[in-house]
Amino acid sequence: MSDKMNKPLARNTKVMNRFDLTARLVAKLKKEEAVVGGIGNTNFDLWAAGHRPQNFYMLGSMGLAFPIALGVALAQPNRRVFALEGDGSLLMQLGCLSTIATLKPKNLVMIVMDNGIYQITGAQPTPAAAATDLIAVAVGCGLTNSTWAADEEDFERLIDQSLTASEPMLIGVRIDDKPGTGTTRRDPVQIRERFMLGLGVREAL
Amino acid sequence: MAAADGQISAADSGQKASHEKAWHEIVLQTLKRNDIRLVPYVPDRVLTRLIKEIHADPFFTTFPTAREEEAVGIISGAWMAGMRGAVLMQTSGFATLANVLASLAIPYQIPLIMLVSERGTLGEFNYGQSLVCRTMRPVLDSLAIEHHTATRLDEFEFIVDRSIKQAITTQAPVALILSPLLTGGKVFDK
Repeated sequence: MSDKMNKPLARNTKVMNRFDLTARLVAKLKKEEAVVGGIGNTNFDLWAAGHRPQNFYMLGSMGLAFPIALGVALAQPNRRVFALEGDGSLLMQLGCLSTIATLKPKNLVMIVMDNGIYQITGAQPTPAAAATDLIAVAVGCGLTNSTWAADEEDFERLIDQSLTASEPMLIGVRIDDKPGTGTTRRDPVQIRERFMLGLGVREAL
Repeated sequence: MAAADGQISAADSGQKASHEKAWHEIVLQTLKRNDIRLVPYVPDRVLTRLIKEIHADPFFTTFPTAREEEAVGIISGAWMAGMRGAVLMQTSGFATLANVLASLAIPYQIPLIMLVSERGTLGEFNYGQSLVCRTMRPVLDSLAIEHHTATRLDEFEFIVDRSIKQAITTQAPVALILSPLLTGGKVFDK
């Protein structure tokens, strides 16, 4: 085993903060856009950024934020759908990038929060941390509109662009090793029901 | 019913008396009647004809996924956004689903409709398939998921139609296991 093993991949991108970026994203959502938050810190920070009726919080099924968001995007093609996923989670389900690239839903925006570690389990490095560029993977899968955000300003610019994009977009952000800011209330039935209300699928009892 | 020479059986080829629909026609029509439009799948030889026919029908949005749990995620998101779906898979694919069933479909009360082509029994030639098949019903039972094994054409439409309706109204997953007795299965093929 070389020293290289645990050294994160060198990139020309700023290390940012998950909560800060999530709050910047949420502040730009004015049209009841759906947001699917992947497990752990990703949805904790979505929760902490202020609950919206169009937010869905996962409490398991690691790796399914993009597939769940794809389902929402297919069912409601006129609503923009954002999916927030951790790098470790995405590694569990890389195949979904090919599915999404093939279907090309124009209203799906994917954001990968990449800190190279499984923060919530004790900050162990992921198998990809030292060797894999997830944006290059996404491009290789056929998601040509995939890019790293250089800094916060660039992230905001990319989000602005994504709000009117006509093909699926994937944004990678390098983030620090901080844990999530809040803790999502773990009530799956209520989370699902409120999400459905927020998407106009249900009426309240 | 099952052909022994490696060919797809009569039940699958649709060579039935004109009044008797083939099992895959029943699936397609019953999905349609219940407004199940989204059908992601991981393929199986037995499902070939059904998959082809669903692709040919513009009513459906259908496509392959890389993994079965990916398809479950897609169906879950679509249902929450107002579009009904069903997942097609084979036995070994079902064996990958325990985590997503226990952490998404059941706790969030998603009416996940699974059509599972049964490999591993009644003439299986791959030992791995026969072993993994034995895990399927214990997993379904341990999670108290409604499941039926369809063996007869004359009951099949009733089982499919009622199971779909029950899944939707009770917001609970259901697995419909398509036995080789119904489909002819896959026998001593390459």
